[in-house]
Amino acid sequence: MLAFIARRLFATVPVMAVVALFVFLLLHLSPGDPATVIAGDYASPADIARIRAQLGLDQPLYIQFTTWVGQLLHGDLGVSIFSNLPVTQLIQQRIEPTLALALFTLTLSILVAVPLGVLAAWKAGSWIDRLVMAFSVLGFSTPVFVLGYGLIYIFSLKLGLFPVQGFTSISDGLWPFIHRLILPSLTLSAIFIALFARITRASVLDILEEDYIRTARAKGLTNRTVLMRHALRNAAVPIVTVIGIGFALLIGGVVVTESVFNIPGLGRLTVDAVLRRDYPVIQGIILVFSATYVLVNLIIDILYVVLDPRIRY
Amino acid sequence: MAIANKILLLRNAVRALALFTFFFINAAGLGHAETTLKMVAHADLKNIDPIWTTAYITRNHGYMVYDTLFSLDENLEPQPQMVGDYSVSDDGLTYRFTLRDGLGWHDGTPVTAEDCVASLRRWGARDGMGQKLMDMTASLEALDIKTLVLTLKAPYGLVLESLGKISSNVPFMMPERLAMTDPFEQIPETIGSGPFKFIKDEWIPGVKVVYVKNEDYVPRKEPPSYAAGGKIAKVDRVEWLYIPDAATAMNALIADEIDLFEAPPIDLLPIMVGTPGVIVEELNPLGVQGWLRLNHLYPPFDRPEAREAMLWLTDQEHYLQAVIGNPNYYRTCPAFFGCGTPLESDVGATPLMNQDLDRARALFDAAGYDGTPIVILQSTDIQILNGAALVTAQLLREVGINVELQAMDWSTLTSRRAVTDPPEEGGWNIFLTWWNSADILNPITNIGVSGGCREKAWFGWPCDSEIERLRDAYARATDPETQQKLAEQVQMRAYELVTYVNFGEFRTPVAYRDTLDGLIKSPVYPFLWNIEKR
Repeated sequence: MLAFIARRLFATVPVMAVVALFVFLLLHLSPGDPATVIAGDYASPADIARIRAQLGLDQPLYIQFTTWVGQLLHGDLGVSIFSNLPVTQLIQQRIEPTLALALFTLTLSILVAVPLGVLAAWKAGSWIDRLVMAFSVLGFSTPVFVLGYGLIYIFSLKLGLFPVQGFTSISDGLWPFIHRLILPSLTLSAIFIALFARITRASVLDILEEDYIRTARAKGLTNRTVLMRHALRNAAVPIVTVIGIGFALLIGGVVVTESVFNIPGLGRLTVDAVLRRDYPVIQGIILVFSATYVLVNLIIDILYVVLDPRIRY
Repeated sequence: MAIANKILLLRNAVRALALFTFFFINAAGLGHAETTLKMVAHADLKNIDPIWTTAYITRNHGYMVYDTLFSLDENLEPQPQMVGDYSVSDDGLTYRFTLRDGLGWHDGTPVTAEDCVASLRRWGARDGMGQKLMDMTASLEALDIKTLVLTLKAPYGLVLESLGKISSNVPFMMPERLAMTDPFEQIPETIGSGPFKFIKDEWIPGVKVVYVKNEDYVPRKEPPSYAAGGKIAKVDRVEWLYIPDAATAMNALIADEIDLFEAPPIDLLPIMVGTPGVIVEELNPLGVQGWLRLNHLYPPFDRPEAREAMLWLTDQEHYLQAVIGNPNYYRTCPAFFGCGTPLESDVGATPLMNQDLDRARALFDAAGYDGTPIVILQSTDIQILNGAALVTAQLLREVGINVELQAMDWSTLTSRRAVTDPPEEGGWNIFLTWWNSADILNPITNIGVSGGCREKAWFGWPCDSEIERLRDAYARATDPETQQKLAEQVQMRAYELVTYVNFGEFRTPVAYRDTLDGLIKSPVYPFLWNIEKR
């Protein structure tokens, strides 16, 4: 297993190199120029040229790329063109809200979705199954901003139970931290509960038709034992895969929820940087996202072995 | 007995807890309760050098932290701010300024004339009006620790107006060591002498900016008036929050989580107007002017007939209805230097204010329009400009012009508008923008009337020596009557050239909790001094 992990970690190097090259080229070949944004309305062409030179944007692309890679190899993601702050500092400032929202949402989704999916599979075709599936369709179909605004309207503006927006660090107290995360997590959970419940139902349903389940029942095992020990465990591989992908998505792909609830996460940092063409920030974040995806995939692969001893690498 | 003892023990514990809580709460109440003003700003503060960038959010940051030698008052006249006394020589060439007593930087050192000289030089290297002033300047030097002397090469009518320039780039004063930074590089730290101090450690770009009251600030005695007068910080701490979603910001205001929402969209105002505890008010008495900028380099707008056609094509009411909607927040305006300003005029405005599509069609024919699509840069991420681009396209199509709307975000547009290549090779024919009226108050600050060709004119590059001569004469004029007359001549010429088409003026109110008092009306807003929070 250790050799496998080492091999996989080593394999991330060329992946990250390709991502770095691709991101760099994509950004620098797309339209837009941070120098014109910085220069403002009164700038002359000479002013813009001087700012480009000062930022190093007048250098040939290969020189800019090698300079950036050189910084990367020293663990330096560069400095934001606009704020003049280190990219690592900007990313660090956003990691806590992002991770908190992702973990809170994921926990909530798993706790609700997996039992619902198992129940729907066990009672396949019944009204319970249809109800769970109806909720799933609703969860998939409701745009997060609609659900978010709806929850804000009811629970914040009308009932005054939760704040409208913002994030409080866990260092400022556990309850304030949780209090501000509840509505955004509920909003995000809708789609993940729908996804996980459907996958769980489908996987468990497949397993329940296997011969060994019939054998287990014939042996006189209780429904609970059959479901939990035999069905769910064997159905776990696709469920874990989807949960892993869900986590990776939650790290950078929830910019709408972050905007609606004003959570200062990595998604918003990305969008702000793209809108201003803050190249070092965009490049840094995408590298972090790529590393997260690689890491999550590695963890999923390791979990496969834990869940299904027949799997060998 | 044992149970009775336990009950007694419990009672005593509860009493002790209650007593402790009572004293704790009262002790807290005896101290000074810090007041924090929370404002959702119109944009995120991405950089902190108001000379390096013209971004309005950085200008507003500058007003929090820095001070100016002169400031504009509500009569649009420059008044001394950091300057205590000043004198002008009889020949109008030498200005002598003495700083007020008690001025100090946030790091505890005193403000000196050398600091101000360095600050003016850095500003003069970047700002258009500053460059003009520096061109006219023979020398600028510190006479002693509190006195600076500006000597001109020739009489210049805009010295005090330049030093009191209210909008970007504002000539903010900085310590000499910071003001010596290359004007094209950002200053490494923020040390001002203004009414608030910037807390860099709490600055999280994209989230929050924090200021605290400068306890050592010595305000002027006069009442506040626009950027002039006494700047008394009446709250202990200010937090600028960046909430990108307008509906969320509105909900936060309604729920009393924030105090002030600087730029609520027009379509959300009806909700806030009827909400208890929320006040909607216009702070900007002048407003914002929308522009269609034409590219003078390439057909059809290299021809004066085609440019004049755009004036006859335009109906300001039509544009403003489409992009603002509520007549309470817009007005038609024929003036190049803003309506409600000292230089407001309607000379030359007949084509703009009397839409005639047949005449526009005939003028395009006279210009030899050959059916080539006109490229309009459409910034889809700015609602008002997006709407105005669509109206322009529709009007052009109505008179038989082929239009190619090229959708992009504002950042891309700022790059594209600088391209001088033909429209079919990455250039453009029309783009839309707006300017705060405070930026276009006269022929010098209004860069849109420049005829300085490719080298000096703004994007679109009108080329006309006559309008440049008139602008220069305006700058040199020293009496208001002559200035007024010259400004009208500049406007007349600008209408003949059609340097840009003004599609009307609009204002965006602020929304705030009724616990705030003392907001200052000004074309540059919000100024956060003088505001009390109950």
